Formats: sequence, C-alpha cells, structure tokens
Amino acid sequence: MSEAAAPPTRPELPGVARASVRGQLVYHPRPEQYLEVVQALREASFVMCSDLCGVDYLRHPGRELPEGVSPERFEVVVQLLSFDLAERVTIRLQVAESAPACPSICHVYPGAEAMEREAFDMFGIVFTDHPDLTRILMPEDWEGHPLRKDYSPGRVPVQFKEAPGPR
Amino acid sequence: MSPTPEERAAEAPSPFMKETSEGAQELAERADTAPAELAKEEGAILRLPEGLVLDPGDVDVEFGEDETMIINMGPQHPSTHGVLRIMMELEGETVLRSKPVIGYLHTGMEKTGEELFYIQGSTNVTRMDYLSPLHNELVFSLAVEELLGMEIPPRATWIRMLMCELNRISSHIMWTATNGMDLASTSMMIYGFREREMILTFFEKVTGLRMNHNYIRPGGVAADLPDGWEDDVQALIDTIPHRVDEYDELLTGQPIFRERTEGVGIIGPELATAMSATGPILRAAGVPWDLRRSMPYMYYDQLDFDVIVGTVGDTFDRYAVRLNEIRESCRLVGQILEKMPEGDYRSQDKKVTPPPRARIDESMEALIHHFKIFTRGFEVPPGEVYTAVESPRGELGCYLVANGTNKPHRMHVRGPSFVNLQSLPAMLRGGLIADAIAIISSVDPVMGEVDR
Repeated sequence: MSEAAAPPTRPELPGVARASVRGQLVYHPRPEQYLEVVQALREASFVMCSDLCGVDYLRHPGRELPEGVSPERFEVVVQLLSFDLAERVTIRLQVAESAPACPSICHVYPGAEAMEREAFDMFGIVFTDHPDLTRILMPEDWEGHPLRKDYSPGRVPVQFKEAPGPR
Repeated sequence: MSPTPEERAAEAPSPFMKETSEGAQELAERADTAPAELAKEEGAILRLPEGLVLDPGDVDVEFGEDETMIINMGPQHPSTHGVLRIMMELEGETVLRSKPVIGYLHTGMEKTGEELFYIQGSTNVTRMDYLSPLHNELVFSLAVEELLGMEIPPRATWIRMLMCELNRISSHIMWTATNGMDLASTSMMIYGFREREMILTFFEKVTGLRMNHNYIRPGGVAADLPDGWEDDVQALIDTIPHRVDEYDELLTGQPIFRERTEGVGIIGPELATAMSATGPILRAAGVPWDLRRSMPYMYYDQLDFDVIVGTVGDTFDRYAVRLNEIRESCRLVGQILEKMPEGDYRSQDKKVTPPPRARIDESMEALIHHFKIFTRGFEVPPGEVYTAVESPRGELGCYLVANGTNKPHRMHVRGPSFVNLQSLPAMLRGGLIADAIAIISSVDPVMGEVDR
C-alpha cells in the first residue's frame, strides 16, 4: 500500500436501507440494488466475502427490519470483510418464496462460489449466472432442500430394508 | 447363448446397493463443460479490471483434443484426510484442471443445531472440526452470549484462551504429523502423534474427554481447571518448543522434503483473498491477517505475539507458517499462565448457568433452576449475530438467528476448511499429480467441518 492511496472508506450508497446492529453495519438492499451494493463495497476495500448463507424465515415472521424493507420467506446473508478497515459489513437480501432466485456474486467475489452452491443445495435459492450451480453436500438425485423449515427432519428409509434376510 | 456375468449384473441391480449419483457435481469432459465452469476448474478465477490474470492456456504442456484423461481420486484415499474426492484432468502427469467433490460426510449438523437447545448446542458444534473442537464451541458460545448481551467472568475467558491456544498447538502438530506422512516421512507422524497425545492428556484431565469436549458453553466453561494445572501447562510449554525444534531439524533442512514442497501449489495474496481463503493459506501468501490481532476478541489484545506470514505462498510456506504458529502459541500459553486471574469460571446468571451440584441438595430454588435449565434450556432474545474466531484452519464463523425461544432458528457455521477447499483447483493446476498429495495436505481440510 502506497502512502498516496486515499484512506479506505465505506461507500455512501444512498437509497439503500441500512441498520446498525451491535456496532456492525447491515445493508438491506432491494433485489435490484443487490449487485450494485456488492460492487460498491468491493471497490471500497471490502476485499473478501467471508461468508454467505441462506436463512428460512417461514416460522419466524415477526423479525426486525428497517423501514421500507418488506420481509420475505428467504434471506441471503453475506458477510464482507475489509482488511484495511478491519471491519465487517453484512448484507441481508430478501428472497421471495414464489421465485427463490437472486443474482450470483461470483464474478465479484469468486470465493462465494462454494457458499452459493451450499445455499442452493440447502434452501433451493437459485443464483443466476453462477458458473456451476449444482448440489454440493447432498447427492445429485436428492429431493427437496433440507434446511428449509418445511422439510421434515424425519427418518430416511433404511437402505437395506429390501435386502433378503439372513439365511 | 447364456448371458455373461456382466450382463446378468446389469439386469438385476443388487438389492444391497442404493445408487447415488454425484452427476453434475463431477468433472465432465471439456466438450460438455461451459466456459465459465471450465475457467473455474482450471483455477483461472481471478478477474481484475485489467482482465483475467491467470491465463487458462499457460499451463506449460501441449495437449491434443482427446489425449487427456480424467481420473478420480478418493473419496477413499489415504491422503485425502477423510472422504474428500478430487477429480482431475491429466495430460501425462500434469494436472490441467480439477474439482473437489464433497458431501460424503454430510450429516446435517446445521439442521440438528435447530433442534437442540442453546445449552446443548456446543455438543453438536464440537463434532464439526474434530481437530479443534474447542474453537467450534468457542465461536458458538460467543454468538449466544452476544445475543444474550452477557458478561463473562474474566477467569472464564482466560481459561477459554488457554484451552484454545493449546488446541491450536495440538491441531498444528497433528497437521505436521499427517503432512509428514503424506510426504512419506513416517517418523514425523509418530513424533507428531506423541506430542499431540501430551496435550490431549491435559485436555482429558480438564474436560474429561480427549476430543469433543463440550467444555466451553454459553456462560463460561463447564468446570474449573483442576489442581496443579499450572505444572501440567508449564511442562507442556517447556517440552513442545524443543520438540518443534526437532521437527524443524527433521523436515526443514531435509532435501527431499524441500524438493517436494518448495514452489509447489503457489497461491498469491490477491487470489487467496478473492477465493476467501483464510488462516495459514492466506498468511503464507503474505497477507498479515489474523483475527486474533486484526479484530481482537476475548483478551488477545493484551497479549504479545507475532503473526507469522510467508512470502511465496507455496506448500513450504504453509508448513513454515504452521510450525512457527506452534511456537507463538506456546508463547501465548506462557503469558496466559502468568495472567490467569482468580474468580468464577462461569457466569453467575441463574437462568443460563446450572447451579453447582452441592447447592441442589440444600436449596429448592437451585433444584428448580437445575431442572429448568436441563429440561427447557434458556430463552434467547430475537436477533441475528455473526461471530468469528481464528481457528487453526482460518476464520471460523457462526451466524446465529434467534427467534426468542430456547432453540436457535438457524445456526450456520462458516467452516474454514469448506471455504479453503475451493482454492484447490488454483493450486493444483499445472502441477504434477504427485504434488497434488502435498498440496491437498497443505490445505489441511477436516472433512467433518467441510461437510458438516
């Protein structure tokens, strides 16, 4: 880092709903703002996408959100990290149940690739323009998305049930 | 004509087998792969404003259309540290592209976490990264305490730091041992396991178990340190630096070891950052990022230690970073030993901490609290929190969503091994297949944490 470089700052991002939770900045972009916000943060020294996960709010509807953000069933939560500021910011994107899709941020943060695959696998959220959106933890022919709240954690049929008994 | 055994087998699928398919998760032929996916598998991921930094064609091998070979390694392979499966496309002995296929150890621990009380949660998370269980418990407990807005007594925090640093030493020693085994230095493995056992014996004395301790819990730690713990810890930090010097002598100057690690699996700082790699991989690439120093949690800001960084980012640097981190952790343990205060080892909040066993016999109130805590747990106010600690493998994070009940609504663990694994294609490309073993080992993946 040269001394001439401007000190790192947070981007202004007007028009994006934000909240401060326990001293940490949380952005609540609308779906169409999501990529812009990610891009702006990437340019403003937030160089690493440290975490990305999905959340299903099916049975927890009354959560706190800043004004102007309408709650949806799914949420994609992204944690970005800035080395220069030694700071994190969180992005919480609402994803509708009717069309669970959101843009992929792989071209901005290649490291989000596996985490987006995991969110797809576990919640069925489709990340458009993801280079290789396949299941990552479950087998390819698995039905359903296990971390959804309406996916029963019930039993898996015993694999050897049909097998002939001891002779 | 009677059918051949193959035909008969194809007709009647064995009742003992349920076929699962990894299908599109596997590495496909070049012709069947989309350009974006191909670039990812080739390790050409980094795009800066000036364009693609890694040129997918710069692998120094000529190959024709149909001369390459896709081979499968694992999931049952001794050097994959568990059930990691890697598919590689080879030209001769050179790796052209590769893809890790994971999920063979997936047990739905995040789903299980939603079914357990907060007080039971650390029994679950401790089984994720089984080589550094205490860090898992720590990050979960920190998240719960953050949501509760709870103060932890200083002694509890210092005990947590002591145990976590010892766990870092044991985890790195274990890595040095298995890395030695992957590179055919069997003696290193035996020495490494010997030293690790010393630390695990101390853990057993404190927590009752060698692994999967459930020792760090929301509210503090499960038990105070036993009498005479100072002598045990002192013996550890007197012995281990000497043993590390012996490893140094055994491996660092060893020509075969250097041949196999130097310049192998290079990953630069920009690429490591872009791929979200953390821990020794990032530091070996020259980025001085250690959460203990950069975003201090607990009392790490009161301690004196160095953040070890490498210069090249090859397998040898990752080895050197880990080896020196053992020495730094020994320094830290020495300082913690001096600073350990007297006091409570867990919070005195009756809603969170169970009463001591002796109180239950004499106090009705204590009995009620005991009963309530172990049958219904405690309730956590609604909210979301992300906490992160520096585990031996990198940034270990926990995203917790509470909905006001006694169970988390969502518990997500950001496993450093899971994220670090995606930089494998970038490290493997252009290398030899024999080096793949050294590179996979240098990432230090723990499959329990990758698949969760």
